[in-house]
Amino acid sequence: MKIVTPAEGKENLSVKVRMIQFTQQYGIFLALVACCVFLTFANEYFLTTRNVLNILRQTSINGILAIGMTFVILTRGIDLSVGSIVAFTGVVAASLATTSSSAMVAGGPYPAIIAIMAGISVGMICGGISGLAVSRFHVPAFVATLGMLSAARGLTLIYAGGKPVPALTPEFRWIGTGNILGIPMPVVILVIVFAIAWWVLNFSRFGRYVYAAGGNPHAAKVSGINVGKIQFIVYAISGGLAAVGGMVLAARTGSGLTQAGIAYELDAIAAVVIGGTSLSGGVGRITGTLIGALLIGVMNNGLDLMGVESYYQQVIKGMLIVAAVMLDQSKNKH
Amino acid sequence: MNVPLLEAQGLKKSFGGVAALKSVDFCLMAGSVHALCGGNGAGKSTFLSIIMGIISRDAGQLKCKGELVDFQNPAQALQAGISIIEQELSPVPAMSVAENMFLGREPVNKWGVVSFKKMNAAAQKILDDLGFPLSAKQVMMNLTVAQLQLVEIAKALSYDSDIIIMDEPTSALGEKEVEQLFAAIAVLKSRGKGVIYVSHRLGEIMDISDHYTIFRDGQYIETGDIEDVDRNKLIELIVGRPLEEEFIKQNTPKDKIVLELEKLTNGELIQDISLKVHEGEILALYGLMGAGRTEIFENIFGLSREGCKLKIMGEQVHIKSAQDAIDNGLAFVTKDRKGSGLVMSEDVRANICLADLKNLGNAVKMNGKKEASAAKRMIELFSIKTASDKLKVSGLSGGNQQKVVLGKWFLTNPDILLLDEPTRGVDVGAKREIYRVMSEFAENGGTVIMSSSEIDEVLGMADQILVVRDGLISGEISRADATPQQLMHLSV
Repeated sequence: MKIVTPAEGKENLSVKVRMIQFTQQYGIFLALVACCVFLTFANEYFLTTRNVLNILRQTSINGILAIGMTFVILTRGIDLSVGSIVAFTGVVAASLATTSSSAMVAGGPYPAIIAIMAGISVGMICGGISGLAVSRFHVPAFVATLGMLSAARGLTLIYAGGKPVPALTPEFRWIGTGNILGIPMPVVILVIVFAIAWWVLNFSRFGRYVYAAGGNPHAAKVSGINVGKIQFIVYAISGGLAAVGGMVLAARTGSGLTQAGIAYELDAIAAVVIGGTSLSGGVGRITGTLIGALLIGVMNNGLDLMGVESYYQQVIKGMLIVAAVMLDQSKNKH
Repeated sequence: MNVPLLEAQGLKKSFGGVAALKSVDFCLMAGSVHALCGGNGAGKSTFLSIIMGIISRDAGQLKCKGELVDFQNPAQALQAGISIIEQELSPVPAMSVAENMFLGREPVNKWGVVSFKKMNAAAQKILDDLGFPLSAKQVMMNLTVAQLQLVEIAKALSYDSDIIIMDEPTSALGEKEVEQLFAAIAVLKSRGKGVIYVSHRLGEIMDISDHYTIFRDGQYIETGDIEDVDRNKLIELIVGRPLEEEFIKQNTPKDKIVLELEKLTNGELIQDISLKVHEGEILALYGLMGAGRTEIFENIFGLSREGCKLKIMGEQVHIKSAQDAIDNGLAFVTKDRKGSGLVMSEDVRANICLADLKNLGNAVKMNGKKEASAAKRMIELFSIKTASDKLKVSGLSGGNQQKVVLGKWFLTNPDILLLDEPTRGVDVGAKREIYRVMSEFAENGGTVIMSSSEIDEVLGMADQILVVRDGLISGEISRADATPQQLMHLSV
């Protein structure tokens, strides 16, 4: 009998209780706003167009990875391999778009679109393999993607011969360094990816399937949903978006680096978790993920501006992750 | 007259301004079984939680063996000699039966190390005394639900408490285990213990209780001797109005065969299952827990590995997945509402729409209006009590949750309903509602295959009864010829 429906409970709530509820509901968003307001006053450089675009650009890759991660975590999974896929797809695409004859795939440099398509395909295949292991062979997601984390990193080194792939065509580099109406391309890509993901999770049938398959796979299966297929697809999505992130990174740095993307999976998971998505599946919003990624970005930038050493930044980020989940847990208490 | 074991007077409790208990009284005497009856939301759980010290009371007093008590937590209640067998099981799956029974109070040897020898012997003695056919060394995860329930019962009794609360102890048990439990209760009574017995199964209450107390909507209604009432009177008191018939049945089977299954076999679980169901018919599978009824349903619904070949409306079909089954007009209300019926993290609307998403929008865009109106239709059809269809199903009572599951399946417009223990854990009022739905569905030309481990329900609702035992059909009886003795005889 601990259930009180909102309609019954609302009348005699004090202002204080309501404020607590509001904080819990929009806590992460409020934290982001508070952070921005504080930094605006603390540092005159913070709220300049240049710096804001800078934050957005720095957030974009993690944001893109975190969006893919959200799909996976919503189905009770986890994808540890995205950092390695960033590197692998980066060198694959770079090898097709390089003008350096020693690193080039025969017949290159190919048009950027071909390099991009190849990169995304490779990412989706890597993700798909993890997905197959999870859905078909019932390997725990943690293990399947841990395997892919190692394998994809190894494949990166094998493919590139341990050396970076330099000198990418300007055409390819545009996706990392160019801009549309003054907005950097990585940010544009993040916005597009977010818009599609938002639509899919909120309005498409597949989105309904993802929430159901994560909330209760047995019930979803009995209701005619092919849960295995959904699992397979979300890992392919995560792999594909990791590839998008990988190519943006390669384009920005101008070369495909074999050491790119190390530990990126942790930031992506952090953004999802800070954004309120439950690791036990079925609960979470894609907007939360975006806010989570932005919060991490703003915090890193702010701490930089205030001259806090990067070592401390890691400690603060760690505390933020745990605090965000504590806030989420308090919501579930009565 | 001696001092009551437990006496409650004027207990009150409200949550956020909503009264869950409005002054209830209760009195348990030594050496007796006292049934606590009431529908879902009557306040039974709140009452038990107060006794066990899980929640605090707003007003009223509680006396244990004549002394005023105020338990702050379950440990204190346990200390005072009150133990509870909970409805929801909470085993540690990887541990043995003995380890589970002695969790947190493991016997130790002189070095302070857990003595497994002592523990196993003590646990085995308790099990043997109760006549439960279990070994203390078995690992919990290898046990059936019924066996887990027996362990839970043995654990509660092992505290040697004077007051034992049993909250729906038989909801997962078959007839045979129920008999063992009742024998154990008889032993407890003879030792002068008091048992508070909570159950929706009125037959059991009539069989084993000495007294009854009725709660309704948080209100104390009355207490009396079970000898002075009959089943119908009890139902009247629980529901609060005179009841017409317990079962509602108006359908008449026609000649057309809708579903025909021939010699379905799946490993050791089920063998040679053949059945025929007609239009407008209610076919019941009767049997003990674990007899194979659930497996028959799961096979028909395409949830087994190989799929299932059967004839629907005379046509041979091969059902390989739940989606195939749905496309062929089947619907399956599973036994385990939380495990495989509902997505607890989602709201009423999402759950109702779950099996029919293909018809509620296209792949790119779901039709929100259609979803909302579908949910509204089902909420009205089954009179589901919820403030809004955007509330999570986890906040609904058991009966209303079951209606959400039914709503989900009726939305798919099925021809054939598979109902596995459809009234498990729902109160008398909701049960009636479910019987009404079944009867109307069959009356309008639908076909129902239900399963039940309650004889009364099978006799009350079915046109044709198949008895399942150890994965085989051990008998087929028509409504006119069926007797309780015969069903019991065929099932064990």
